[in-house]
Amino acid sequence: MIKIKNLVKQYGRLTAVDNLTLDINDNEVFGLLGSNGAGKTTTIHMLATLLKPTSGTATVNGYDIVSQSSKVRSSIGIVFQAPSSDDMLTGFENLHLHAMLYSVPRHARSKRIDEVLELVGLADRKKDQVKTYSGGMRRRLEIARGLLHKPKVMFLDEPTLGLDPASRESMWKYVKRLVEEEKVTIILTTHYMEEADMLCDRIGIIDKGKIVALDTPAGLKAGLGGDIIRIKTKTPDADKMISRFDFVQKIERADGFLVLSVNNAKRALPVLLQAIEAESAEFASPTLNDVFIQLTGRNIKEQAEGGFMERYAKFD
Amino acid sequence: MQSSISVEDHLAKIYAIWLREFKVFLREKSRLVASTFTPILWLFVIGSGLGSANPSTVPGVDYQQFIFPGIVSMSIIFTSVFYGSYIIWDRKFDFLKSVMVAPVSRGSVFVGKSLGGMTTSLIQAAILLAIGAAIGIQFTPLSLLQDVAVILLMSFGLTSLGLALGSYMYSLEGFQMIVSFVVFPLFFLSGALFPLDNLPSWLGVLTMADPATYGVDAMRNAMLGVGSHPAGLDFAVLTAYTAALGFFGIYSFGRMKAV
Repeated sequence: MIKIKNLVKQYGRLTAVDNLTLDINDNEVFGLLGSNGAGKTTTIHMLATLLKPTSGTATVNGYDIVSQSSKVRSSIGIVFQAPSSDDMLTGFENLHLHAMLYSVPRHARSKRIDEVLELVGLADRKKDQVKTYSGGMRRRLEIARGLLHKPKVMFLDEPTLGLDPASRESMWKYVKRLVEEEKVTIILTTHYMEEADMLCDRIGIIDKGKIVALDTPAGLKAGLGGDIIRIKTKTPDADKMISRFDFVQKIERADGFLVLSVNNAKRALPVLLQAIEAESAEFASPTLNDVFIQLTGRNIKEQAEGGFMERYAKFD
Repeated sequence: MQSSISVEDHLAKIYAIWLREFKVFLREKSRLVASTFTPILWLFVIGSGLGSANPSTVPGVDYQQFIFPGIVSMSIIFTSVFYGSYIIWDRKFDFLKSVMVAPVSRGSVFVGKSLGGMTTSLIQAAILLAIGAAIGIQFTPLSLLQDVAVILLMSFGLTSLGLALGSYMYSLEGFQMIVSFVVFPLFFLSGALFPLDNLPSWLGVLTMADPATYGVDAMRNAMLGVGSHPAGLDFAVLTAYTAALGFFGIYSFGRMKAV
């Protein structure tokens, strides 16, 4: 659906996107994960034809992002980092405006607007001015707006940035629904690990404008050696009994504990506990955060979040 | 066939953008009240005040009536050029980005927004024309037609100017500069408040360069029959300025950065 080849964006001496090459498949949810300033938004803006690349090419839905920008625009929907609806207009009016801008046929407009509002749970607020909406509702309206013209590709740029935890969870619910109900390829940028983990089929970790890792969330974590299980047991020859299971990759003894590396601790543990008699058992899974630290040497959560004020400050 | 569909499509998108501007205008009534109040203040305070001190600006014409076409122009100048600041608001609140990422040409965005500005100016001018009738301006169908033509030309040209300038600016504070260096000179040099016939030569040259001069003069010709130039010349120059400013606007929107 999207083919990116040697894409570069430079601002003066700063290279925001550094020779990026990436293919995104049809109907997958692809996550671009990285800290602020890693080049996520710049990449999205180039793919959405809002920025011209310094060099390199990309196609979206088979159209070149520079020479066929109008066709690219008709193929995509986008949710920007900051809500961009007109808050003097009602939810319906905002969607109606965009339905006209995207040439949704007149007779289909109202029906499609109702459909997308229903999808994001805003049907009962469609006649209210957007300025009365909460932050989460505004984001959902943006998703609805992006879907109006049935795009092939949907970009979600930090869809939950600045939302409170409850709104964030409801946002995830709607994104999942979107995946189920609309046939659309989704590219999502985020610097929330759990968000990427929960929503994405594949994740590209981007650092300093380069993709440093590309795999499924499980694959990325498995790269760190899988889950760790610690069992305290009195069963003699526990090691031997356990080594029968092929899901056990490594067995060590430490401080009277058996320490096992397994692919999936949640499935492995019940099996192990039937085989041996355990006094205590615990397990830990590597998180995407562990993956990120290993790849970049930095903790993503230590980065400033880049609130509204910071982003508006950039304009002045 | 292909091209007729595409023209229809462009028009639908222009309409969509105009409709949004118009709805916002209807909902921000304070905007209309504030921007109509200032010209009325000028008309009555300056018109009556200076009128009582210097009754013989143009023989046979009351000073308040004499400046009336100038005050209508003032309302158009202020409203239209200020309209450019809305493009900065749209950018600040990312609305502009959401329009730029849609399959709409920059030209259509420009025309839609200009029509929005023209509508605002036209409504204000209509209120002022009604007040004009109340202070004794005699309108005929022909003079009214000429006035409306002037108002449409001026408001399109000056909205284009405002939008073009706004497209290069990123802060509303910067737009304040436009007020000092564009809006007030356009107004003061237009002959809105004084006759053009016996000016010192430096001032005469400056007034001739001001597009608003020809709007004021055309309306003075139409309403009072006391213009400084022939009406045909006024219309010709005004049309030329309007076309040039329109192209400047389209060019500027084409160059405008999306993000």
